[in-house]
Amino acid sequence: MCAPPLVQGRALTKRFGTYIAVDQIDFKVERGEAFGFLGPNGAGKTSTMRMIGCVSPVSGGELSVLGMDPALQGPAIRSRLGVVPQEDNLDTELTVWDNMAIYGRYFGLPRSVIRERAQELLDFVQLGDRRQDRVDPLSGGMKRRLTIARALVNQPELLLLDEPTTGLDPQARHLVWERLYQLKLQGVTLVLTTHYMDEAEQLCDRLVIMDRARIVAEGSPRELIQLHSTREVVELRFATAEERRDALPLLNGSGERVEMLPDRILVYTGDGDGTAELVARDGLRPASVLVRRSTLEDVFLILTGRTLED
Amino acid sequence: MTESLADLASAVPRGRILPVGPSRRRSVHVIERNALAYRRMWYVFLTGFFEPLLYLLSIGVGVGALVGRLPGPGGRLVTYEAFVAPGLLAAAAMNGSVFDTTFNFFVKYKYAGTYDAMLATPLGVGDVAHGEVGWALLRGTVYAAAFLLTMAALGLVASPWGVLAVPAAVLIGYGFAGLGLAATTWMRSFVDFDFVNLALVPLFLFSATFFPLSRYPNGVAWGVRLTPLYQGVNLERSLVLGDIRWTLLVPAVYLGALGWGGVRVASSRLARLLQP
Amino acid sequence: MAVAPPMLRVLEREAIVFRKLWRGSAFSSFVTPVMFLAAIGLGLGGLVERRTGHVAGVGYLAFVAPGLLAASAMQTAAGSSLWPVMAGTKWIRTYHAVVATPLSAADLYGGTVLWVGVRATAAASAFLAVAVLLGGVPSPWGILAVPAATLGALAFAAPLAAYAATQDTDLTFPVIMRLGIVPLFLFSGTFFPISQLPSWLRPVSVASPLWHAIELCRQATTGTPRWAAATGHTAVLIACVAAGWRWGTRTFARRLTP
Ligand SMILES: Nc1ncnc2c1ncn2[C@@H]1O[C@H](COP(=O)(O)OP(=O)(O)O)[C@@H](O)[C@H]1O
Ligand SMILES: [Mg+2]
Repeated sequence: MCAPPLVQGRALTKRFGTYIAVDQIDFKVERGEAFGFLGPNGAGKTSTMRMIGCVSPVSGGELSVLGMDPALQGPAIRSRLGVVPQEDNLDTELTVWDNMAIYGRYFGLPRSVIRERAQELLDFVQLGDRRQDRVDPLSGGMKRRLTIARALVNQPELLLLDEPTTGLDPQARHLVWERLYQLKLQGVTLVLTTHYMDEAEQLCDRLVIMDRARIVAEGSPRELIQLHSTREVVELRFATAEERRDALPLLNGSGERVEMLPDRILVYTGDGDGTAELVARDGLRPASVLVRRSTLEDVFLILTGRTLED
Repeated sequence: MTESLADLASAVPRGRILPVGPSRRRSVHVIERNALAYRRMWYVFLTGFFEPLLYLLSIGVGVGALVGRLPGPGGRLVTYEAFVAPGLLAAAAMNGSVFDTTFNFFVKYKYAGTYDAMLATPLGVGDVAHGEVGWALLRGTVYAAAFLLTMAALGLVASPWGVLAVPAAVLIGYGFAGLGLAATTWMRSFVDFDFVNLALVPLFLFSATFFPLSRYPNGVAWGVRLTPLYQGVNLERSLVLGDIRWTLLVPAVYLGALGWGGVRVASSRLARLLQP
Repeated sequence: MAVAPPMLRVLEREAIVFRKLWRGSAFSSFVTPVMFLAAIGLGLGGLVERRTGHVAGVGYLAFVAPGLLAASAMQTAAGSSLWPVMAGTKWIRTYHAVVATPLSAADLYGGTVLWVGVRATAAASAFLAVAVLLGGVPSPWGILAVPAATLGALAFAAPLAAYAATQDTDLTFPVIMRLGIVPLFLFSGTFFPISQLPSWLRPVSVASPLWHAIELCRQATTGTPRWAAATGHTAVLIACVAAGWRWGTRTFARRLTP
């Protein structure tokens, strides 16, 4: 690939006073891909996104967005970005339509252009029939979709999505994912953050795993799982905490790796069914046994010793 | 985008988003946004005009009947209505502008995330500050013009210089908009707005709005002279009653400086608050 | 209308909330009227007395003091029965938590209105004390202006709280303040006798509860009781409270326990 990356951070750092929220991270986003920052709350995802969105000054290292420097060319960069922030900040004093219209005006678009695009975009996010509604009574999923439509009004080359589906119910999430997938097909570059491993797996071509202000791994979801985890995982739940504790020494050696969580034990193994049989033969009586494939959640656990959701 | 060329011209120290100078073209969109929001609340907009008018009829005409004539600027005797009307015009300019730049601004800044949304677009913090001040002044202009027309209809505009009362009201609005915007950047919650009222009510009542400075002991009168609303009242009253002097430039410069300084302070503080 | 103990528990809750917000409330219901008294009563009053001498038989300060007393009780009542009720039913929905306990919607309504009464009493007492110090209360009967102002406050709080519970947004509230409360404040005999009003406007003022409250307060502070008139004013105010109360117990129940 010879085109310059759309976004590039080198030793990128963000400090709030003495607190380091983003610590010398390196990453590259290429044109046309969907790139993710996966990490738990407080990892520094939003801080990174705000630097990319040119609304938070870089404290150290280098950042280029669309080949420009955010500190010098903020407005020029922002005019080519779409931003879906972590918290919806739709204008609750305006209707759905007016939200689209005024946002387009912020970009200096002519009204005739906005009229055309706004209708198209509202149809795209399936809000075409809610034009005249107030924003407040919309459901969480509708607000999120409207925020996405609004972010697309300037036909951005790069769409930043900070936790696009946090707080949505499963149905609403799937609808958002489906729309984002359509955008990806249309060639829009997506940069998103999430603390849901399924979201990262669904949407991201490539991602970095962030923890405590640092990047701990990078790659495609498949690469990350192949590199850091085993093919399968056996999840064992026990009736009591004592049983779980007593089981731990017996399980050592039953797989490539054993992790004890507050509510279950995970055994990482290449052959889940075989390991499950082995466990039964050892005389352990777990309340439930579940064999499944490894996920990014497991990668995160193996790399950091903690789970993604607190 | 043309602004990028200008932006490139200067190098900036690390750790700051370049405060790209506000562009008039961009801050106009902030005004547009407020106009859209008020389109559905036109009656709120409309009723804003009534309050000074009601005060004029109650205190001016009602109590005025009990007061009779008193010396206006330049010492000429004027009716009490004619005395109080320009004072109310000035006070209304202050009130409207302070309300827009403190309470309304705070809601959008702290709770509604309106400015976070704007700043994700090419708009900058300076555009936001100038746009909000511009909106407050636009609204103030409409109110001031309507009030001045009412005054004229009631025969309370003694001099043709009175037409300058509208730009003077805009200047008063500007001074207080700067002050209000800057003050709001220090507010933490709605509870702090008690302080806004704590400042506005005495300014409204004691800035020679309702009675002349001669009612005060000398020392107090000097203190009152220093307040921005007194300066505004003095300016309006002199214009409407036709007492034109070069010294009227003093209140004009005072209010202009207040607005300019306030907006600058607000912009630089907002840059840090909205873009941490 | 015996006060049931549950209502007092609502009162207690309001008092706890109030401990955090007392400054703004003290400002709007005490400091502001005192400033009006100083500016209009003393500052402007000096000009009135220089020319007209007395208004309705008393000095201008003594004329304005009872007017401001009753009018600020009204403003406090309006401000603290519109938005706080909206907050309770819609914004922070604390009322819904209250009616999930043994307290009923009617208790909640009664407690809310009575709480306004308690605050109006406190504010009126403080204001009256200042007015006495400034020489605006010539008669010891003036003490009766406190219950009179409180009754006036209730006459506004009862219907306005009832109304607030019927609304989904606060959009009409500023309009009520600007087109209802402010004109009443300015034209109900607060600053000048309503005999000065054009004759077509006088009946409007007479119809407003504020005029009745002001008349009651003024008779008390100036020591000129006219018992028949006073009985009439009191009856009008009580009728407003009663009508508001009937309405409010219904609107609260409809909103909170549909
Ligand atoms: N404006 C700020 N001032 C001080 N600390 C902040 C600020 N914004 C974020 N932080 C801190 O930086 C850390 C990273 O936050 P954030 O980037 O929001 O994480 P994430 O989005 O991954 O949950 C958190 O510990 C947060 O408390
Ligand atoms: Mg975040």
